[in-house]
Amino acid sequence: MAEFVRLDSSTSRHTMDKSITLPPDEIFRNLENAKRFAIDIGGSLTKLAYYSTVQHKVAKVRSFDKATKVNIPLYEISVQEEVTARLHFIKFENAYIETCLDFIKDHLVNTETKVIKATGGGAHKFKELIERKLGLKVDKEDEMTCLIKGCNFVLRNIPHEAFVYAKHADSEFRFQTTQPDIFPYLLVNIGSGVSIVKVESEDKFERIGGSSIGGGTFWGLGALLTKTKRFDELLQLASKGQHTSVDMLVKDIYGGSYGSLGLTGDLIASSFGKSATADKEFSKEDMAKSLLHMISNDIGQLACLYAKLHNLSRVYFGGFFIRGHPVTMHTITYSINFFTKGEVQALFLRHEGYLGAIGAFLKGAEEDNPNQYSWGENYAGSSGLMSVSPDMNPMQRARSGTFDMLEMDRLERQLVNLPLLQDPSSYIPDTMDLTEDALAREYWLYCFEEALDGVVKRAVASQPDMPEAAERAEKFRQKYRHKLQTLRHQPFAYGSLTVRSLLDTREHCLNEFNFPDPYSKIKQNENDIALKYYQKAVKSLEELSWEERQFALVRGVLAGNVFDWGAKAVSEMTLGPQIWHLGLIYLFIFFSSERPWLVDSYDQWLERLRGPPHKCALFFVDNSGVDIILGVIPFVRELLSRGTEVVLASNSGPALNDVTNGELQILTERIAAMDPVIQAGLREDRLTLVQSGSSSPCLDLSRLDKVLAQVVRERQTDLVIIEGMGRAIHTNYYAMLSCESLKMAVIKNSWLADRLGGKLFSVVFKYEVPAGKPSQGSAAVTPS
Amino acid sequence: MAFNGHQREDEGIDEDETPTKQPRSEKEMPGCFKTEPHNEASASAGRSTSERRTSNSTMRHRADSVKKTRPPFPWFGMDIGGTLVKLVYFEPKDITAEEEQEEVENLKSIRRYLTSNTAYGKTGIRDVHLELQDLTLCGRTGNLHFIRFPTHDLPAFLQMGRNKHFSSLHTTLCATGGGAYKFESDFRTMADLQLHKLDELDCLIRGVLYIDSVMSSGPSECYYFENPTDPDHCVQKPYTLENPYPLLLVNIGSGVSILAVYSESNYKRVTGTSLGGGTFLGLCCLLTGCSTFEEALEMASQGESTRVDKLVRDIYGGDYERFGLPGWAVASSFGNMMSKEKRESVSKEDLARATLVTITNNIGSITRMCALNENIERVVFVGNFLRVNTLSMKLLAYAMDYWSKGQLKALFLRHEGYFGAVGALLELLHPS
Repeated sequence: MAEFVRLDSSTSRHTMDKSITLPPDEIFRNLENAKRFAIDIGGSLTKLAYYSTVQHKVAKVRSFDKATKVNIPLYEISVQEEVTARLHFIKFENAYIETCLDFIKDHLVNTETKVIKATGGGAHKFKELIERKLGLKVDKEDEMTCLIKGCNFVLRNIPHEAFVYAKHADSEFRFQTTQPDIFPYLLVNIGSGVSIVKVESEDKFERIGGSSIGGGTFWGLGALLTKTKRFDELLQLASKGQHTSVDMLVKDIYGGSYGSLGLTGDLIASSFGKSATADKEFSKEDMAKSLLHMISNDIGQLACLYAKLHNLSRVYFGGFFIRGHPVTMHTITYSINFFTKGEVQALFLRHEGYLGAIGAFLKGAEEDNPNQYSWGENYAGSSGLMSVSPDMNPMQRARSGTFDMLEMDRLERQLVNLPLLQDPSSYIPDTMDLTEDALAREYWLYCFEEALDGVVKRAVASQPDMPEAAERAEKFRQKYRHKLQTLRHQPFAYGSLTVRSLLDTREHCLNEFNFPDPYSKIKQNENDIALKYYQKAVKSLEELSWEERQFALVRGVLAGNVFDWGAKAVSEMTLGPQIWHLGLIYLFIFFSSERPWLVDSYDQWLERLRGPPHKCALFFVDNSGVDIILGVIPFVRELLSRGTEVVLASNSGPALNDVTNGELQILTERIAAMDPVIQAGLREDRLTLVQSGSSSPCLDLSRLDKVLAQVVRERQTDLVIIEGMGRAIHTNYYAMLSCESLKMAVIKNSWLADRLGGKLFSVVFKYEVPAGKPSQGSAAVTPS
Repeated sequence: MAFNGHQREDEGIDEDETPTKQPRSEKEMPGCFKTEPHNEASASAGRSTSERRTSNSTMRHRADSVKKTRPPFPWFGMDIGGTLVKLVYFEPKDITAEEEQEEVENLKSIRRYLTSNTAYGKTGIRDVHLELQDLTLCGRTGNLHFIRFPTHDLPAFLQMGRNKHFSSLHTTLCATGGGAYKFESDFRTMADLQLHKLDELDCLIRGVLYIDSVMSSGPSECYYFENPTDPDHCVQKPYTLENPYPLLLVNIGSGVSILAVYSESNYKRVTGTSLGGGTFLGLCCLLTGCSTFEEALEMASQGESTRVDKLVRDIYGGDYERFGLPGWAVASSFGNMMSKEKRESVSKEDLARATLVTITNNIGSITRMCALNENIERVVFVGNFLRVNTLSMKLLAYAMDYWSKGQLKALFLRHEGYFGAVGALLELLHPS
C-alpha cells in the first residue's frame, strides 16, 4: 500500500542553469583522486557520493641509530605523505545536475571505474544524461536496500547521528549516543508514501508494512486545498495555521473532555470534521495545518502499531517529508509520544538525506569491504545539520542553491567499545553538553576563538622551512573561525557540541591545511629535556619511604600534567623563557598543593595500594615531556614493581602536545636503556604499549582501537587510569567502569575550575570502585 | 476519535462515570427482552444466542418485578454524535383499550407523529428499512423505529420537544454520545428535559450485542462479503455471529473508535483515529463543493481514484516484487496531485472517490494492525460512515482479506449507526 520513491514531479520545473560556477576548492574536493561514484537522485535533490584517496601529510618520528652522537635530538621528526581513503557526499538541487556532471567530467583523471551506482526515483530520468556526460554505465540499485545500508553505516560510524527532536526544549536536538548494537530497529521512510521496514542485521531487513498516506498526500492534497504548489511553502503555511478551526475536537462533540476514557477536550476527534459544510471558508494556513496533523498522526499511529507488533523500541524516521523540517519532526514526535504514552521516542538522523547515496556507494564498493573499517566524520569537510529556526527555517530556504557536504575518513583502525564500560549503551563520553548549556557554550566558543591566534602562530612556527605555511595557516584560521560561527548559531550542527568536538574540529581543520603536527618540535624538545632528569627523579623517589613515595608519585603525575599546551592558562604563555614559569607551577603543585584537593580520594587509593596488587592496569596517557617521562613512567614503574602488568594507551595520531604512540615507543625504549625495571617490564611483556585509535586530546571510550580492547580483555585488566583534563574532566569524568578506576587531572582553566567549585590549578584525584565489587578502600569523593 | 490505547474494563469504572452506570451481568441482560422466533433468520440467530439465554429460567420469576419497574412510555434511546443524532423509538403495539384511555394526548401525538412520518422537518429521517417489528421489550410487544437527524439541527428538535410538552410526560431521556454532555444544559433550559447521560462505548457494545441477538423478521443483522477479492463474485451473505468473542468492533462515525470485546462486560478501547467519516465528508466538501454525505458518496461512485492516487505500478511499471507489493496498490494517496497537469485533469468525482478510498483503506490498515496486536480474527464494522456505502464496505472486506491472506474476516451489521442509541434505550428499560 505504500512506497518510498521520491518524487519526480517537481524536477520539470527546474531549468538546467549552466551559468553557475562551482567553487572547486569547496565542493567536489579531491575529485582528481576520485575512484568510485554513486548517485541518488530524488524528487528535488541529488546526492552524489564518491570515494577518493587523499594524500595528506603526517608527522612521523623515527629513532636515530643506536650509535648516537651527543647534541642531536632524541629522535627524528619527518613529515611524510600518506594516502588515506575518504568518502565524499554532496547534496545539491537537481537543477545543478548537468553543471555538476560537466564539472566532474572535466576534473576526473584518475578513475578506473566504468560504472556509477544509481538509486532514487529520479535515477532513470537522468540515466541517459549521466551515461553521456560521464561515459560511465549507470547501474541501478534497489532503493530500499540502499537506504538500509546507508542507515546502518551512519548509525555505526557517526556518533550522535540520531537525535530526538523537542521543539520547546532549551536545545531542540537531543543526540543519542551510539549503541553498541544498532539492531534491531524500525525505519519509517516517509516519501510520497510510507514504508515501514524492520532491520534485524546488516543483511536482513523486511518491509513489514506501509501506508499510502504520506508526503505525497500532504503535498498533493495540500496543493488541491490551498492552491500552493511547493512542498516547502505548504509546510510554511501549516506552521502558521490553526487546525482547531478545521478539525472537530473532542470538546466540539463533548463540550469538554471525554473523562471516562481520559481523552482531553483538545484531541482531534475527526480531522477536517468542521469543514463538512458548503457555506464556510477556511484559511489556507488552517487547512494546511490540519492536513499536517492528520498525516503526521496517522503515520505515527501506524509506526507505533508496527513497533508494538514487532516489539521494537528504536524507531527512526526519514524521507523527504521529514528531511530537516522542524514542523514535521515536531508533529511526528508528538504523535509517537501520544500513541505510545512516551514509551517510544521518535528518532531522526542527521544525515538522513544521504542514506540512499551512502547505500548505493557501499553496494558498489563491496569489494573494498568498507564495512570492515571504521569511519569518522570529518568536521572540516562536512557542512553539518541545517539550521532550524522556530518559524519554519529561513536558513534552509536560503540554502537552496548551495551545496551540502559530508565527508568521512577511513580510520586506520577498527574502533570498538572498551570492554570495561559498565553499561556501554548509556555511556556518554562528554561531561558537559554545550548544546544544552548556553553559558558554558558561550564560554567555550569564546575560549576557542581567543586561542585561535595562538594556534595559528604555533602552526606557522612548526613549519619554518615552508614559506607558504603562513598562507595555509591563514586559511585554517578562516575555516575554523567559520566553524565556530556556525556553531554559535547552530550548536547542534555536528551532533552534541562539546569541548571534545571543538577540539576535534580544530584538529581536523589543521590537518586539512597540512599542519599535521604543529607541536612536533615542542614535544621533541620537552621529551629531550625531561629524559635528562629521568634517572635523577627515579633515584630520589627510591630514597623515599613507601608511603612518601606513593604520594610523591601521584603528585608527580599531577604536576607533570601541567605541561599541557592545549590548556588556556598554559597556552597563553609564550614560548621561550616562560617555560620556566611553567616549571615554577610544576614545582608549586609538586611540593605545595595542599590536600584535600578539589576531588580527593587519595586516602582510599593509598589504602588500596596496601592491599594485593592489581592484575593489570590500563593507563590512558596525556602530554609529552615532563608529564609522560617524569610523571607517568615512574608511576608505571611502581605498578610494575608491585607485580601489576601495565598497558600504556596513547594516541594513534597527534593532537596538541599529547604523546603519540610512535613517540612513546621511542621514549620507552630510551628509558628502558636507563632503567632495568622498565626494561624487564618490556622484555617480559608486562609493560605493553598500545594505541588508542584516537587523534583527539579527549577520549571516547566507545571508540577505541580493536587491538586495545583485545589486550584489555586478555590481560584481565582490573584498573583503568585516565590522566589529564581532556580525557578525565572534559570527557569520562562521570564514566562508570566495571573495574577500579583512577582519574587524575589538574584543572588548567579558571572558568572550568570555577564551575567545579575550585581554583585554577585545582587537583582532581578520583579513585572509584564499582558498586558491588569487593574493595579495599571506599568509593570516591565527588566535588562538594 | 483520535486517541489511543485507553484500556477499560467494566469493573474499573472511573469515578466520574454517570451514577447509573450499567453493570452488564450476563444473568440480567437478556431476561428483559424476549423475541419471538418465527422465521428462518431468527432461528439461526436463536442458535447464536443460546449461550446467552442459559439463565432464562432464573429470569422468569422476575417477570413481575419487571412489570413494576417498567418505565412509563415513551421509550427513547438517543445517541448524539459529532455529526448525527441517532434516535430509537419503541412503538408499543399491544396497547390495551384501558391503556389507550389512560394515555395522555401528548404521548399519542408523539407516537403518531413519529410513526406516521418518515421524514421530519428538512433533515430528520426515519430509516424504515431498519424498523424491527414484533419485538418484545420488557414484556411489551411493538416496533422499534430508527430515526436520525444532523446534530446541528438539535435546537429544532428541542423546540419541537418544547412545543409538544415532552417534559410533562415525566420520562427519562437516556442519551449517549458526546452531545449528551455538550447539550445537557440545552435540554434542560430549552425543553425542560433532564438527560440521563450514558457512556457511548458501553451503549455501543450493549446495542450491538442486543440487536444481534433479537429475533426479527427480515434480513440477517450480520453479514459479510463472499469472495471479497473477486469483484465479479463478491456478494453479500448473511453471517451468524456464533461465539462472537473476542471481536474487534470498529465504530466509524465522524472519527473512529476501535474496541476489543472479550465478553459482554469486558472490553477495551484499543485505539482510534481522527480519519473517519467526518474527514471524508469534510475533505469532499472542500475539494468538490458538495455539502451532504449522500452527495459525496454519489460523486465517489462515479469517480476514478487511480487518476488521483499514485499506484505502485505508476512508479515501478508493475508489481514491486521485492516487497510483494501488487501494481494496483496505492503507493501514495493523492500522490498524482503533486503534479500541476494532473491536478488540472481530474474531476470532482475522481477526488471524491480518492478521498473515500484513502479514508477507508486507512481505517482498514489500522484495524488490521489492531487485530494482529490483539490477536483477534473477527472484525465487525459499524457506524454511519458505512450507511449506503457499499463501496467502503467492499473495500474494507477486500483489504481485510487480502492483506491478512484470508486470516481476517470483515463483518457488517445492518443497523450500522444505531447501536449507541439502542444501548441507551436498553439502559432506560433496564437501569442498574
